[in-house]
Amino acid sequence: MDTTILLASVISSAAPIIFATLGETFTERAGIVNLSLDGTILLSAMVGFVVAYNTHNLILAFLASGLTGAAVASIVAIGSLFYGLSQVAIGFVLTLTCRDLAYFLGNAYTRLPGPQVKHLAIPLLKDLPFIGPVFFNHNLVVYLSYVLIIFSWYYFYKTKAGLILRACGENPVAAYSRGINVKLHQLAYTLWGGFWVGLSGASYSLLFKPGWGRPQGAEGIGWIALAIVIFGGWDPLKVALGTYFFAFLQLVGILLQSSYPQIPSQVFQVAPFPLMILMLVIMHISSQKTAKLDPQPQHLSPIQRLLRFLKTTPPAALGSNVHTKEF
Amino acid sequence: MLKSYYSLINKWLIALVCVVAVTSILLLFAHTPPLTTYKLLLKGSLSSRAKLARVFQVWVPLMLCSCGLLFTFSMKLWNIGIEGQVMLGAIGATASLMWISPHFAPWMCLILSLGIAFILGALWGFGSGLLKTSGGVNEIFGGLGLNFVAQGLILWLIFGPWKRPGIASMSGTKPFDVSLWLPHIHRFPVLGMLLALIIFILTAILLSSTRQGLKFKALGINPKAGKLYGLSPTANTLIAMTLAGGCAGLCGFFQVTGVYHRLIPAISSNYGYLSLLVVMLANYKWWPIPFISFFFACLNVGSIQLPLILKIDSSLSGVIQGICVLVFIWVKQLSVFERADDT
Repeated sequence: MDTTILLASVISSAAPIIFATLGETFTERAGIVNLSLDGTILLSAMVGFVVAYNTHNLILAFLASGLTGAAVASIVAIGSLFYGLSQVAIGFVLTLTCRDLAYFLGNAYTRLPGPQVKHLAIPLLKDLPFIGPVFFNHNLVVYLSYVLIIFSWYYFYKTKAGLILRACGENPVAAYSRGINVKLHQLAYTLWGGFWVGLSGASYSLLFKPGWGRPQGAEGIGWIALAIVIFGGWDPLKVALGTYFFAFLQLVGILLQSSYPQIPSQVFQVAPFPLMILMLVIMHISSQKTAKLDPQPQHLSPIQRLLRFLKTTPPAALGSNVHTKEF
Repeated sequence: MLKSYYSLINKWLIALVCVVAVTSILLLFAHTPPLTTYKLLLKGSLSSRAKLARVFQVWVPLMLCSCGLLFTFSMKLWNIGIEGQVMLGAIGATASLMWISPHFAPWMCLILSLGIAFILGALWGFGSGLLKTSGGVNEIFGGLGLNFVAQGLILWLIFGPWKRPGIASMSGTKPFDVSLWLPHIHRFPVLGMLLALIIFILTAILLSSTRQGLKFKALGINPKAGKLYGLSPTANTLIAMTLAGGCAGLCGFFQVTGVYHRLIPAISSNYGYLSLLVVMLANYKWWPIPFISFFFACLNVGSIQLPLILKIDSSLSGVIQGICVLVFIWVKQLSVFERADDT
């Protein structure tokens, strides 16, 4: 396969996962774990498809999906922030419930042809050698994923609001004592993250796996997105890189499938997930090793530098309900 | 005192009304009459002896998985990998039946395959425990990864080495000889029910009146204090995960020998995930498990005929189960808040 086509397919198939992973990065950086991704993506995919089918308005469909995602996220946020419920527990129940809800409510729309997002090459940019066909010969959803990556990075590290966001996740008590309404921020970022997870669902049912059915084709993506956020160390650029890496693995699976027809295709479909877990193990072991390394980077070998680059630490207050009544 | 009883009843009444109300709204949303649906759910699960027998065929795997999850939950571990542990148990049971059935009496084969299923499930659970303790991977993601591996393994076996003579298909491996089926009485899986009860009693005893159960509980409530007291979080995590995996493996054994009589791709039937909901609804305690498993089994069996009669998806049962758990954990937490207000 041609390198240009390969890279272009990696870029485009990663786009919906980028929405989910970066949305979750916002949520987790603010200190909340929204575990419901897998169900949310399916539910919002269903909502997006149904709205698009009935109104033929794709913008409305994406908006509806985003709001669905935010609505599910609001259950996690409100339950944990204002009632002190375990985020993992609510998230897990919602994962299963939303998935079943999607199948249940979407039953009448199974296997119907619906509108899809149109291909849209960017004029001028698409004619650049190599870069043009790889990055600018896609559709609006893929371009939106670039915007989200750059925006997230800028927002996290270059704005005051981003600093406050990170403070909420690292040390909510300190942030509170500095006069920040931590709960309100966490609620807002959980909704915002959920909104993007919703868009991820819509991009599946309206573009990458068009239509609705059981199975839809987006099953399992939510769990993978959660793992990629850890893999990317809660840093938007590394998370985006991780997502492209995963998309690449998926594509390699599809390519290998044609070379080994005797192995069932389902094996290749599930293979990337264990590989990501293996990467997490390698990262963990490497981060134990890099802790002992010489702090000066010029003394490190390239492999040691790579290990240091991969080293991750979660936001200190991630998933904890430290602030209950006193706030 | 009377007032507190009153508020307790009140609370659960509100919870019940919430569940019914939300479900009814969803049903109306899908243009289905709620009352007819509830009646069908009841009729589909309890109206005849054959249907009740089917309910118990679901009850057994739910009980076995829930018992396993009690161990991990008492350590506050989220053993989502239970699904894969069921699959490995099923693989173990199938493999041992395939390989030894020509050489031994059927009852010996069944006992041996029960043992192998337990061991393989336990190993898979041990694997995700090891990923947590030495690999630094949260048990949720390690378990999920292993679930995917197990699913891949089953598909590979069904389409590869264990494929049916003739053509490999999603319908699974070649069914076993009737002599290798777990015997039923009036279609009731009595041996499976007996197994589930034995495991349930053992689990209850282990958790509530042995030193090991206390260790799990202590480390689950406060790992730091437990460690200072000389308890090893690593060792106990591995023990809990292994025990959970073993119970799940038994569930896989029952699915193969008592229900499908062969290995199919969906051998775990999502019972592992469903059991997580069972244990959550049981508030992580052992005594409500049989009743909640029965309730969930009724929903599952009752919903099978919904697509045929009402043209709605059978996933309705999952929706009701999920809403039950959500409402339950919410209401439970409210009572915790109220108690905090009183003091």
